[in-house]
Amino acid sequence: MNNRVLAYIVVAVGIAVFAILAATQGFAVTMGAFFTIGIFSFLYKDNPYYKFSEAVFVGISAGYWFVSLFWQNMVSKLYMGIQAAYNTTFVEHAGWDDRWMMLLGGLLGLFMLLRLFPKIGWLSRWSLAVIVGATAGLYFINYFVSNGIIQLGAIIAPLQSFTEAGKLDWWGTISQALLVAGTLSGVVYFYFSKEHTGAFGGVAKIGIWTLMLTFGASFGYTVMSRMSLLIGRMDYLVGTWLGLIR
Amino acid sequence: MTLIRRLYCILCLVSGVALLAASSPAQEADSVLIDTAGVEVTPAPAPPVNVGARDTPSDEGYSITVFWELSADDRPGEDFVTGYRILRAETPEGPFREVGFSSVGATSYTDASTEKKTDYYYRVETQADGASSSSPVIGPVQSTAQWFNFNLLNLLIIEGIICLAILYFIYSAKSGKKLFLRKIAGLEAVDEAIGRATEMGRPILFIPGIQDMDDVQTIAGITILGRIAKTIAQYDCRLHVPVSRSIVMTTARETVKEAYLSAGRPDAYSDDFVNYVTDEQFGYVAAVDGIMVREKPATCFYLGAFFAESLIMAETGHSIKAIQIAGTAMPAQLPFFVAACDYTLIGEELFAASAYLSNEPRQLGSLKGQDVGKVIAMVFILLPVIVLTLGAIFGWEFATRAGEFVRDWFRLIQM
Repeated sequence: MNNRVLAYIVVAVGIAVFAILAATQGFAVTMGAFFTIGIFSFLYKDNPYYKFSEAVFVGISAGYWFVSLFWQNMVSKLYMGIQAAYNTTFVEHAGWDDRWMMLLGGLLGLFMLLRLFPKIGWLSRWSLAVIVGATAGLYFINYFVSNGIIQLGAIIAPLQSFTEAGKLDWWGTISQALLVAGTLSGVVYFYFSKEHTGAFGGVAKIGIWTLMLTFGASFGYTVMSRMSLLIGRMDYLVGTWLGLIR
Repeated sequence: MTLIRRLYCILCLVSGVALLAASSPAQEADSVLIDTAGVEVTPAPAPPVNVGARDTPSDEGYSITVFWELSADDRPGEDFVTGYRILRAETPEGPFREVGFSSVGATSYTDASTEKKTDYYYRVETQADGASSSSPVIGPVQSTAQWFNFNLLNLLIIEGIICLAILYFIYSAKSGKKLFLRKIAGLEAVDEAIGRATEMGRPILFIPGIQDMDDVQTIAGITILGRIAKTIAQYDCRLHVPVSRSIVMTTARETVKEAYLSAGRPDAYSDDFVNYVTDEQFGYVAAVDGIMVREKPATCFYLGAFFAESLIMAETGHSIKAIQIAGTAMPAQLPFFVAACDYTLIGEELFAASAYLSNEPRQLGSLKGQDVGKVIAMVFILLPVIVLTLGAIFGWEFATRAGEFVRDWFRLIQM
């Protein structure tokens, strides 16, 4: 029996099994299981089953996002926003409405579509410039506060800490000392104006070790959360689909 | 007959007191307690005094601050008063509805549910067990937006210093002064990785993360893509950039096109180098994994913002034996890149990379200016911690106060 015949048999048996399960367990649930197994089949190697699942997943999700973004932005924000602004200004005569600014967004969106016309396609760069520039400006402040200022305010404390009974809290003291040392050495590692040599390099090395220790802890924690995702999928396959777990 | 008349008189008296209390704006009906004997009335708590309301300063125009002086019955150690109820109406006559509650001892409340250009009237009620008393109605008050948020003045000062440092270094770089930047290991390998792909005749895969252009990591990734694309154009290698956001696709195409133009190879550029896949996170990963195993790129770059897909992509890249260079500022994903990739740009190295690669005065100056900011940060950590520690050990009150002043200066900055 050559491989092609074997493949046909496998596919036919597979379709039959899924058809029976779809009839007994429900079509939608079986489709979920079908594509879950299809994506899992990549663990063996790239194969037609995976390619099919991938194409369906990508196609459906791209279509879903197109519709979702259309209703969220074009309809909810642009169309309804402008309509509300029109009512405020011209029907209720209540003056300027901030939602008129949506027109600016709409205009920039239109510029993006002008890429389809090579002669005026350069206008799309204006939209990109606004997005990148506004993002950089806004995030400069947000990142500076969340990643810098708040941490500075949190770390400034005396090294020694005390228990409620007034005795020296050794663990608290060691913890604060490690926090200060780790933060300072970490900042030294990210200092780019000096070569990491001599004592400076030694401190930077402590910094990268601190980072690696943190990453190690984070790695373990995240792997655990990924395991829970795997358990969730297995629960779907064995429990929801096959009904073997009640 | 006499008994019925007496009962009738008592009933009238009680009803009269109740009606009087109900008709008074300062004394509500529920502030009157009558015991079973029929005549004893429990006095309501004293209302708050000097009640006022004003537009909350330094805000976006959606809040009004109501303030008052404590009720005479709100005294420390006594639990008669239970708090203050803040009521709001759009006309002085009402109807008033509760918009907030402040605990005992509070003297202000910020009503963050107002609309611009609307008149509001407020009352503040002192609450006690089963009784309350209200302040007079105050208003009208409107909430308006301010141009400047003076709560962030501290931030303006700090950022001003750093921006001045950045401008100074940009000026220095432009005037020809050579600015030193230490080597970043991952970037040293970029040219080597592109060269390897060229020699093997395989494409180079570049993933700019899965976030949109409103994420600064994506911007950093796209900036590096420009430099990499230029080298790829010079080496005449193949580039593939699958993206998960439409605007990232447009930006990446512009960047790559510009790079090919500056490399003198505009003819070699094709829009097909950059293609949109899907916004869906795992749909995108499924597609990228498929591209990896089918095209077998010799080099994979992952530079941008990543989430759970980081390890999936890096593992697939590892399985096809590609050289992998990653960079992200997502703390939860860095461990995976460190474990699975050949080189990883950690956090700020990603942002420094574009300056390092381009050697462009503005970016170099910016990076040097940020280094000044780091020195300032180190000083502001080290000095107050030392001062506070000494203050605690030796009981130096002035040292403790100085350290706490610096700490509070940072903690006052609120977004």
